[in-house]
Amino acid sequence: MADALLAVRGLIKRFGGLLASDGIDLDVAAGETHAIIGPNGAGKTTLIAQLAGDLRADGGSIRFADQDVTRLETPYRARRGLARSFQVTSIFRDFSALDNVALAVQAHAGSSFAFWRPARAEPALRDPARAALESVGLGARADVLAARLSHGEQRQLEIAMALATRPRLLLLDEPVAGMGLEESQKMVRFLGTLKRRMTIVLVEHDMDAVFTLADRISVMVYGRIIATGTPAEVRGNEAVRRAYLGEDQA
Amino acid sequence: MALSRRTIVLAAGCVVLALVPPIAALTNQPFYLDLFRRMMIFAIAAVSLDLILGYGGMVSFGHAAYLGIGAYAVGIPAFYGVENGWLQWGLAIAASALAAAVIGAISLRTSGVSFIMITLAFAQMLYYLGISLETYGGDNGMRLAGRSRFSGPIDLREPAVFYYVVLALLVLLLLLGRRLVASRFGMVIRAAKSNEARARAIGFSPLRYKLTAFVIAGGIGGLAGALLANQTEYLTPDFMHWTRSGEIMFMVILGGMGTLFGPVIGAVVLLLLEDVLSALTAHWQIILGPILILVVLFAKRGLFGLVAGAEPRDG
Repeated sequence: MADALLAVRGLIKRFGGLLASDGIDLDVAAGETHAIIGPNGAGKTTLIAQLAGDLRADGGSIRFADQDVTRLETPYRARRGLARSFQVTSIFRDFSALDNVALAVQAHAGSSFAFWRPARAEPALRDPARAALESVGLGARADVLAARLSHGEQRQLEIAMALATRPRLLLLDEPVAGMGLEESQKMVRFLGTLKRRMTIVLVEHDMDAVFTLADRISVMVYGRIIATGTPAEVRGNEAVRRAYLGEDQA
Repeated sequence: MALSRRTIVLAAGCVVLALVPPIAALTNQPFYLDLFRRMMIFAIAAVSLDLILGYGGMVSFGHAAYLGIGAYAVGIPAFYGVENGWLQWGLAIAASALAAAVIGAISLRTSGVSFIMITLAFAQMLYYLGISLETYGGDNGMRLAGRSRFSGPIDLREPAVFYYVVLALLVLLLLLGRRLVASRFGMVIRAAKSNEARARAIGFSPLRYKLTAFVIAGGIGGLAGALLANQTEYLTPDFMHWTRSGEIMFMVILGGMGTLFGPVIGAVVLLLLEDVLSALTAHWQIILGPILILVVLFAKRGLFGLVAGAEPRDG
């Protein structure tokens, strides 16, 4: 795909004798929501970690926005527009919700070698942060300590932190994991509103969420992508049934 | 309200410290002037450590190294007859900042126990370097020929003048520190302490900010060392011994990590306890130990948290 925002070629990651990524090819077009599914241990989180820059690939390449980012470290990829949420909620717990998002804005607002002006009094940081909090429905909770937010709110906060930086690509690692039915439906509805406006790579176990949100789905098994296609194609794929969906129903 | 209570505590602290010289003069107890000056010098060192320990999460166990470098930066020029204070103190800050840059550039690539051990190892290296400097007294150290000289009314040989110079530097440090920890820079190092993986994922490269904080803290530690050399008018490699690093860390933890005024209280209380308890028994540390354990266990934000109220919002 020529106009892919994210293009992964022959990605390899070894942990000792285990091939966690075994020659992964993946294209994500601008504007698409691309879900990656697969049984536990298929290497989805390893793939996300390599896309974000937390793990260095042992082989292959990752191109993002027409630049090779394979050797680029996490913060540099983030500043180029790759935002993520973590499988286990990762926030600044001892800061307020607004501080959390303002920090994300600050990370994209040039150098932070500013020693004098109070950061909490900078409208350039606070205003976009407040807007991002509003957009995920946390506006009223801006001044609450992040640690005191509910689990669902913390996941929303992570999304707000990602959105506040106006990312080109959103990497979501199990955004509805650990949520109750109601919370998770709310999150899926919200992510649905981001579709088209944003390019999203989504790793998720919740099949309802995946089939609701995804434009295309890639199925991973043992470090390889065995099939990529629309939800309907993937549902009908025999290899996928055998490797994954069947096992899920068993 | 916590804020006003905190302001009251801060104001009261400043007034008490400012009143020490007249009271010491009135009661004819110059010893207290000396003791409180010493406390404030250690307070400066403790505040500088807290900038990286409490706000940056960098458990540097070698902070006494900068005290030592600062002290030698006063002592060695004085040994050769150079007594200009601007020069000596400037050298103290520059040399210890440089040392911090080297130590930080290496140690900040690690974290946890490795970081603690590397900073400790560097400080011990400098300690043994001090011992090997036979020209400057080696193991025994040497007398300072005279206190640093400044022009005009600033004459450090006057105990009260020296006292107010130290107090002014401490207040200046607290004011600058307050700006620093609330600035963009301060927010980055506090965010990196709170959750480094998250800080990187949103686009911060924490290392450069942490290293800068490390260098700033080292430079201030060096200034404290220059003051300490003037205070004792004697300098020895013991300034850099690891137990001294531990003592400064005690002050920070006792007073309250991640608060600016906490380390000041920590320094005052620790040196006061040392003074009072050592008069009672030679084994005063047996009493000090349990006190420290109680504070760590029960006062989350140290003694400052107890008197001024805990403010978790402050990061």
